[in-house]
Amino acid sequence: MATVTLLETNGLSRRFGGLKAVDGVDFRLDRGEIRAVIGPNGAGKTTFVSLVAGRVPPSEGSIRFEGEDVTRLPAHARVRRGIAYTFQITSIFGNLSVFDNVALAVQSALAKEAGFGARLDEAEIRGRTMTALDLTGLAARADQPAGTLAYGHQRLVEVAMGLGLAPKLLILDEPTQGLSDPEIADFIGLVRTIAETATVMLIEHNMAVVMDLATRITVLDRGRILAEGTPAEIRADARVQHAYLGT
Amino acid sequence: MSFGPHLLLAFLEGMVQASVLTLTALGLSLVFGVMRVVNVAHGEFFMLGAVSAWWIASLAAGHPAVGFVAALIGAPLIVGAVALAAERLVLRRLDYNPEATIVATIGLLFILQQAALTFFGADARPVQAPFSYRIVFPWFGWSGYKLFVIAAAGAMLIAVWLVLTRTRIGLVMRATQFDRETAQAFGIRVDRVYAGVFAAGAMLAAVAAVLIVPISQAHYLMGLDPLLLSFIVVIIGGLGSLKGTVIAALVIGLSDGMISVFFSPTLAKILGTLLVALVLVVRPGGLVGGQSR
Amino acid sequence: MSAPAIAAPRKGLADKAILLHVGVLALLLAAQFVLPEYHALSLTRVMLLATFAVGYNLLFGYTGLLSLGHALFFAAGLYGAALPAYHFGWTAPPAFLAGIAAGFLVALTVGAVALRTTGVAFMIVTLMFAQAGYLATLYFGNVTRGDEGLVLTDAVRRFELLGLTVDLADPGLRYNLALALLAAAIAITLVVVRRPIGRVLVAIRENEARTLMLGYDSYRAKLVAVVLSGTISAAAGAAYALLFAYAGSSFASIHYSIYPLLWTLLGGAATVLGPVLGTLIMFYLIDLASGFTTAHLVVVGLVLVALVLFFPKGILGTVRERWLPWLP
Repeated sequence: MATVTLLETNGLSRRFGGLKAVDGVDFRLDRGEIRAVIGPNGAGKTTFVSLVAGRVPPSEGSIRFEGEDVTRLPAHARVRRGIAYTFQITSIFGNLSVFDNVALAVQSALAKEAGFGARLDEAEIRGRTMTALDLTGLAARADQPAGTLAYGHQRLVEVAMGLGLAPKLLILDEPTQGLSDPEIADFIGLVRTIAETATVMLIEHNMAVVMDLATRITVLDRGRILAEGTPAEIRADARVQHAYLGT
Repeated sequence: MSFGPHLLLAFLEGMVQASVLTLTALGLSLVFGVMRVVNVAHGEFFMLGAVSAWWIASLAAGHPAVGFVAALIGAPLIVGAVALAAERLVLRRLDYNPEATIVATIGLLFILQQAALTFFGADARPVQAPFSYRIVFPWFGWSGYKLFVIAAAGAMLIAVWLVLTRTRIGLVMRATQFDRETAQAFGIRVDRVYAGVFAAGAMLAAVAAVLIVPISQAHYLMGLDPLLLSFIVVIIGGLGSLKGTVIAALVIGLSDGMISVFFSPTLAKILGTLLVALVLVVRPGGLVGGQSR
Repeated sequence: MSAPAIAAPRKGLADKAILLHVGVLALLLAAQFVLPEYHALSLTRVMLLATFAVGYNLLFGYTGLLSLGHALFFAAGLYGAALPAYHFGWTAPPAFLAGIAAGFLVALTVGAVALRTTGVAFMIVTLMFAQAGYLATLYFGNVTRGDEGLVLTDAVRRFELLGLTVDLADPGLRYNLALALLAAAIAITLVVVRRPIGRVLVAIRENEARTLMLGYDSYRAKLVAVVLSGTISAAAGAAYALLFAYAGSSFASIHYSIYPLLWTLLGGAATVLGPVLGTLIMFYLIDLASGFTTAHLVVVGLVLVALVLFFPKGILGTVRERWLPWLP
């Protein structure tokens, strides 16, 4: 299969006051990749993916998704196009059951497929929701209020919601933060499963996870792309070492 | 009477409206600014001030000025005490949750209104002005007391401004408004500040009410209009912005007074309420204040 | 004041819920045969006002939007029905539809504008719109007759339907029509909360930003909720005007924006039957209180304060939390 560009940004910038958080980023992401975005603190990683997801409007530049310009689309419309974002700080519906949390995502994906105003089939919602819960190992906790789960499980609810959206591009913002080592091992397996059907872009601090998972890595520093390449290339890159170690 | 003098009269009447409104709205704005809660019972504090003024004046014997001065001191104290009790018993227990506070102060509104009806009755009752000097213009005569209202409100305004900007009390209030947690960390007793601000806000409304009762009578339903006008002022002026509140009160009070002279008071209020709704939609921070949320 | 969550509807349990609601409505149907005339009339009123509260709850309880201007929607239905009936002699059925249409349009307009704001600003914007509406009923006094109100003639309340003569002055008929309207409002609420749209509305109440990031246009969903809630409220208003042959400014006043909030809070926000229970209790509480005091407003005030202080989930909200988690 020929590689197809899924996401493309041109000259993408975002200023906060005088600070350029993201500065003229030209970025390309191919379908089927697992792309890690790394960089020192304050490099603009979260701002960059927020621009892609539509949570923050850009100051300059454009974003194309599947060849179409989505720069002006509001966040919810981008989600419907297939860009899903899971929050760095867990943001689930604590008072709702785990099932309802994920069903909300599934229902959104179904509404996209069925078109506006179509009646959604509750059995179909159930089926897909349970599939996402099975995949993330949450099926047994479906009826629990999401807010009562342990932190690691709440993170999994986030991922299950991302899955429920059946996205073309799943953005994971620091997904392993606060997880224990066995949980991280499970998580790596989960991302591999997701990557069979979706392109994954993840922001990650844990280098072991990055090197294990990513097919390609993009390094951001002070709002710009510093380097890009395979894990081996990035590991060998002197500029990256300099940016990280300050030597 | 030709147009020029008619306009002068409308302007003077508008100024009286504006003075009283400025004090009332200032109270609402102070409470919102520092405590971040909307007090829907604010108009009832105004009403309570007017009704207390009538009660105190009716007890006093001798020259009307005696009763008036007693009311000017006594009525705000009564209202302040009621507000303080409401703050301690209800608002503090709600932890100043904005929505719960609105519902609770609506309840307070009904309670105060009913209390006034029960103990005061359904009649409108006047308080005699402290003096009956008339200013004679070439075209019409005008009550000297109304001029006194404008002057007294102006003096009150300056006093409030001095307290807010030049005293430790004002500093503490501004610190609390700026950041509740930090203020607490600096040893400011935030709950006392809140109680004081809530009582002070109600007392400002009460002073405004005492000033107005010799002109328009005390009545148990009189609270709704000042409440709505104060809302309008506080919103147009920018939520929590004192300077904006004063400017907006002057503009709204003057235009309301003047539109009411030339057109219908009801129409003026309809336009005012719609204007507020639209201002909030377009600029949630208000027109003058500029700072949002 | 976050209202409690709805439980995920489950097969079996859901049927229990349906059974409960049908049971309550059947009880109301049977009540007319045993109640003395005075209480039957009171209950007719309660059921219409409860319909209003059920509509209010759809917005406040489930979507989490606190409106302080629902009198505007009730009054839109009231006058939408009463004005053509009074001035043009429309009979009850077209007048009722006109009331619903008026409520729909007002809700759509007000919702489209007011939903640009959130939180306290939304409360004040709705309050202001309702106040403008109330003042308008006074200002156009030559059409509405202001506080004095419009009294509808018996002629517009008597009409032919499918060859039968229907007379809305008949107390038994009034009772059953009010019950039918309440049943319809409850059915609509049940359908909404058990369908996917209900889940989205609750999600908006719980965390609007997250709902947006799940691909939902929350503005549109909230507008649907305002229109649905406003239209049900208007239907209650239209029915009130036609069944009791009267429309006056007091129904547009701020009190009628506060009452549905009070009833819903008392019975339990985000429970289907809560507003009905709240309306019933409050109505009889005031009825009882007026037996020995004219001070019924003080009862309203005290109950409001007590509810937010000690009982924010209301009666059925507490019942659901403690004993019946399946209650919708």
